Amino acid sequence: MLSLEKITNTIYIWLNSTFNSTLALLFEFVIVGTLVIGLFAVLGLVLVFMERKVSAYMQIRLGPNRVGFKGTAQTLADTVKLVMKEGLTPDGADKFLFNLAPFVVMIAAMLIMAPIAFAKGFQMWDINIGVLYVSAVSSISVIGILMAGWASNNKYSLLGAMRSGAQIVSYELSAGLSIISIIILTGSLQISDIIASQQNGWWIFKGHIPAIIAFVIFIVAATAETNRAPFDLAEAESELTAGFHTEYSGMKFALFFLAEYVNIFIVCAIGATLFLGGWMPFHIGNWTSFNHIMDFIPSSLWFFGKIFALIFLIMWFRWTFPRLRVDQLLNLEWKYLLPIGMFNLLLMTLVAIMGWHF
Amino acid sequence: MYRETEIITGQSSMNDEGDMIINIGPQHPSTHGVLQLVVTLNGETIKKVEPHLGFIHRSIEKMCESLSYRQFIYVTSRMDYLSSHINNHGCALCVEKGLQIEIPPRAKVIRVLMDELTRIASHELWWGAMAMDLGAFTPFFLAFRERETITDIMEDTCGARLTMNYIVPGGVMAELHHDFQKRVKAFIKLFREKAEQYNELVTGNIIFQNRMKNVGVLSKEDAVSYGCTGPTARGSGVQCDIRKLYPYEIYDQVKFDEIIETGCDSFARYLVRVKEMYQSISIIEQLIDNIPEGEFQAKTKAVLKLPKGEFYTRVETARGELGVYIISEGATTPYRIKFRSPGFSNLSALDHMARGGKIGDLVAMMGTLDLVIPDIDR
Repeated sequence: MLSLEKITNTIYIWLNSTFNSTLALLFEFVIVGTLVIGLFAVLGLVLVFMERKVSAYMQIRLGPNRVGFKGTAQTLADTVKLVMKEGLTPDGADKFLFNLAPFVVMIAAMLIMAPIAFAKGFQMWDINIGVLYVSAVSSISVIGILMAGWASNNKYSLLGAMRSGAQIVSYELSAGLSIISIIILTGSLQISDIIASQQNGWWIFKGHIPAIIAFVIFIVAATAETNRAPFDLAEAESELTAGFHTEYSGMKFALFFLAEYVNIFIVCAIGATLFLGGWMPFHIGNWTSFNHIMDFIPSSLWFFGKIFALIFLIMWFRWTFPRLRVDQLLNLEWKYLLPIGMFNLLLMTLVAIMGWHF
Repeated sequence: MYRETEIITGQSSMNDEGDMIINIGPQHPSTHGVLQLVVTLNGETIKKVEPHLGFIHRSIEKMCESLSYRQFIYVTSRMDYLSSHINNHGCALCVEKGLQIEIPPRAKVIRVLMDELTRIASHELWWGAMAMDLGAFTPFFLAFRERETITDIMEDTCGARLTMNYIVPGGVMAELHHDFQKRVKAFIKLFREKAEQYNELVTGNIIFQNRMKNVGVLSKEDAVSYGCTGPTARGSGVQCDIRKLYPYEIYDQVKFDEIIETGCDSFARYLVRVKEMYQSISIIEQLIDNIPEGEFQAKTKAVLKLPKGEFYTRVETARGELGVYIISEGATTPYRIKFRSPGFSNLSALDHMARGGKIGDLVAMMGTLDLVIPDIDR
């Protein structure tokens, strides 16, 4: 069976035996950093292409099909175009903040990569407060968005940024509550523990109805947190032309764009880790032979398969639903999702205390 | 009567210190053309909307004065380009009224068929654009698929896809294409199939309904006093369908209902347009097998000269009442011509509807007014 654990272990042992411990750590940092940036670039290309193909499929179009094999190089060509474009800074903009904002958003997205377990034994930093770290760092990106909206000296940008601020801060609560309801079952914030606890079944199946409710709330909150339709008020092109990134062009715009897609990937990864068992294969009770066959599929494939299924769901939302209004958006969170989430948390606590879960 | 005018000094009372004024347009994705709206905002809430017009004013009325009665029809196709057949129809009716020509029955039926097909095409495009204003992209593409079928039918007969110039004084320009009936029947079948799917996707959607209901309320009295016509006024409960009130051609012989909703909000206006498409389909179904044989054009003189006098006719376009007013001095060209375009009056109600609403709803309200800017500017 293909396992990434052996490869990472070999590299670790070789580095430590060749260099002294400080130098070895430094090399590990370099390798991990390169991998994250590489993953970032690849994810951007793949997800943009996927979005265009999915939307084309839903809108009875063909989508990109000229550049490269069946249009696969289209996003690469677009990236080249964006790099070549002039990165314009408008007159009257706060130049420092204007140029800083895309990096804040992107670095926030990169940081969340750290505790995610991509495959068995393939995790950068198995911190013991993993889930807390993720929800803390993910809220940094809103600072970047507010910065971009304020520094652009554009009223559309400002409106978009204010909307985005209100939206992300609100929906973080619901996302947090639904995460906590799984933490109650696992009793640990560490990602590796959470995954290990789902060895004989994923939490969405084991946790009864409360887990399913938590999953639905999480998906809604995740869609809102990443500013995707039907919650894409921050960029609402029919109202605010392009929202907070109206004034950005060239590579600075591309960084926002990239960060948006990577954020989708990350929230889906968190969802997959918490509810769908991370890299754990799909097992059914006592069906030993079935479970054995499932084990043969590499763990990284399991993880990415789950993530892309969730990403497809979120893309499906985008191309189906109209956009909510800003007051309806906040009503949905404060009047419906948050109370339901709190009640669900109580219910989950009851389930955990009584031991009703499997 | 003499009235002392009051000179306003200092700042206008509407714009307070903390207000934000943003320009929506002339280049903006949701104004459907070059319309500029100066919107005064308090946070997300609208305090005032001021439409600025004239970006594509081409002085069509003045141009018409230097063109003969046969020629000026071609210019009117460019006014409300989504219902060019109906524009031509209104002008042709006015000229025929002046000349007192009786047009052959075949031409009458063809005209009505073309009008209703145009109405469906226009409403289809509106439906897609409306959903896009609310942030749903997919309906736009679905709507264009069906609209394309109508445009193809038009292309067969008229040779054009947008500016038809097919209805002329005395009848219609040319004989129907031999595939016309077959293709229209195929379209009716397709439409009935797809319309259900559309209602499922958009009309029944809970987000969509929440965005539309109790938004952009225009009461019956306001609709009348702003001079709104067409689906905009019928959504407020005003009975104003010219096809029913002042039937022209054969509209008094076909069976159809005037759709009136009393919701007065965006959703009522939406429902009126959606249901009107079904009514148009039913009119087409009644006529498509009963096109009388005969001439498609009455015998007219080579040079048309309207007698001295004033002539006014009105037709129901996809957006409302189009009035054509011709003053003739007995020459080969009109002395003065004036169009009463539906979009202009409907747009004037926007400020009233939008006040107190959210900026996101402004776009939705504009969508339900179904604005075509060349129709407003002319």
